[in-house]
Amino acid sequence: MTEKSKKNIKLKVEDLTLIFGKRKKEALALLNKGVSKEEILRKTKCTVGVNKASFEVREGEIFVIMGLSGSGKSTLIRCLNRLNEPTAGKVFFDGHDITREGNKELLETRRHEMSMVFQKFGLLPHKTILENAAFGLELRGEPKAEREKKALDALETVGLKGYEDQYPAAMSGGMQQRVGLARALANDPAVLLMDEAFSALDPLIKSDMQDELLQIQDKLRKTIVFITHDLDEAIKIGDRIVIMKDGIIEQIGTAEEILTNPASEYVEAFVEKVDRKTIITAETLMFNKPTLIQLAKDGPKGAIRKMRTAGMDALPVEDENRKFLGYVWLKDTLKLAEAKETSVSKALRTDVPSVYKDYTVEEMLPLISNHRYPLAVVDEKSGKLLGLVAQTSLIIEATRYGDEEVNELIEKANDI
Amino acid sequence: MDRVIDLGKYIEKGINALEENFSVIWRAIDDGISWTVEVMNDTLLSVPFILFVLVIAGLAYYAKTGRKVFKKEGLKKGLGLALFVILGFLLIYGMGYWKEAMQTTTLVLVSTLIALILGIPFGILSAKNKTADAIIRPILDFMQTMPAFVYLIPAIFFFSVGNTPGVIATVIFSLPPAVRLTSLGIKNVQKDVIEAGRAFGATENQILFKIQLPLAMPTILAGVNQVILLALSMVVIASMVGAKGLGSIVYQGIQQNNIAKGFESGLGIVILAIVLDRITQSFANKK
Repeated sequence: MTEKSKKNIKLKVEDLTLIFGKRKKEALALLNKGVSKEEILRKTKCTVGVNKASFEVREGEIFVIMGLSGSGKSTLIRCLNRLNEPTAGKVFFDGHDITREGNKELLETRRHEMSMVFQKFGLLPHKTILENAAFGLELRGEPKAEREKKALDALETVGLKGYEDQYPAAMSGGMQQRVGLARALANDPAVLLMDEAFSALDPLIKSDMQDELLQIQDKLRKTIVFITHDLDEAIKIGDRIVIMKDGIIEQIGTAEEILTNPASEYVEAFVEKVDRKTIITAETLMFNKPTLIQLAKDGPKGAIRKMRTAGMDALPVEDENRKFLGYVWLKDTLKLAEAKETSVSKALRTDVPSVYKDYTVEEMLPLISNHRYPLAVVDEKSGKLLGLVAQTSLIIEATRYGDEEVNELIEKANDI
Repeated sequence: MDRVIDLGKYIEKGINALEENFSVIWRAIDDGISWTVEVMNDTLLSVPFILFVLVIAGLAYYAKTGRKVFKKEGLKKGLGLALFVILGFLLIYGMGYWKEAMQTTTLVLVSTLIALILGIPFGILSAKNKTADAIIRPILDFMQTMPAFVYLIPAIFFFSVGNTPGVIATVIFSLPPAVRLTSLGIKNVQKDVIEAGRAFGATENQILFKIQLPLAMPTILAGVNQVILLALSMVVIASMVGAKGLGSIVYQGIQQNNIAKGFESGLGIVILAIVLDRITQSFANKK
């Protein structure tokens, strides 16, 4: 997070509002007074498409706007390049306000700074794949040789080399959308606007395209605003996600932030069905500052006391550099105390798995099957113990059962 | 019953006023059309018959086959029409009506050209502008439902007899499909393609010429086909105001009660119609 927030803000949207209908001013005044959407529709016959949306898109991130149909997400993205004229509010691109641009400036912005990819592809059936990919460049008047070279490069990037002379009608949906993507990339814009770009594709092809987009993004580092109604897609490709409902932004955050801390009941209901195993990481689940045994300081007796206080029958051990070493067990420690040993090092078990903080639940689950102690989360560089992930919380995340149910299950399993 | 509204009188007055006050314009139009008809007619007739037949047969073959000109499947498709052209034209030539057939072709082509030059821009206008559409639509309805003979009266009034009033009446009669189908073709262009153009910074002109017109072309060509057929169907009526060609032979056949003459020239018109229709239709159907 901290690393990302240092990056430049590429797009900044401030109180963006779009009202459909004839009596826009009246409706806007009502909206500013706090009158509800339904009331405004009844009084002015105007529909509020986007209601005071504010957000910032950072340079080089994939920013996903997600919502069901009618949530205003497609209307919102069209305000960014003014295919829809916002009724109020501002859109800053690199600090200058797009909503105040004159016709000529707006054309320049569309031709050079922002390209769009559409759900229905929007390809020209009478032009070849190459001509389609070069269409944006043709519109801005680039000479033929130059634009064809750029279009060829873009087609290669999306994996369509060799198809230049085909026509769109001869291609599958996935391939057509690759052309749509190539057309957008050929313009080499700073911002890519993708409106449900993969929603019309078959699930398998959709998944391929998402992977492809992520690969391309690794290379090109564009700023991408991506619209979708598919939460799984949003989570897969989005660096940050906006959830919209009825034209209002409900929540902005990373997938994990939204899943673990939904801002409203709507978001909660929405994220309920998501497969959390691949999203929730150790960092979210771990409890910080666990009780620790310091190898240099704590003898067996001290260790036993710490275990009794914490109510645990095993505790993690660290060395004098605070590096995680392994676990000691209560029963082993008791034996050492009987033998009047002064160090617990003989009871130390180092063959225990540890994880980094970005491990997902799915990755951690197999690690707990052979052990009965919390998973240690260590720092990737220093090996310092950051926290522990309890088995219970892993199973809760994996099964979505409640606390008590899981404890019951674990106890039953232990009895066997 | 007494006439209360003497609408016809006002129309007559209006037409009179137009004739007197803008005679320069009428003269210019008359000269322009007469000259075009003459030049085109001379050109068509100066081509040797055999060459003409071969060129049209070749064109028909190409229209049917497109890119598969030299392939077997092309041969099957294109041969029928090419043969029809050769036999049909030989028949017209043999019956001795070649000159008249070319005069008719000239009238049809000139009228079609004018109808398209006028019709396509109006079609674009009506597709792009709702107000214009609301004005143009009823005028087209009026033009199509008014009996074609009525157009002959003002046409003679302004241009006396000859080819010009024939062309003018034909243009008025055949103009509507050019406007209507252009407008329809442009309106039917999918919104998402236009939106894509707009998103990439297309100006209104670029949207028209690079997206809408190319995509509307099949529909516009269907309109061209309609215009040609309507123009051809006017040749007999146009001959009543002195337009030359097969139509005037049919007209003579009626006046002289000459069945042979009427049938032969009528058949000539049918052959021309089929050839023109099939060729233009094939071009329209092609992608």
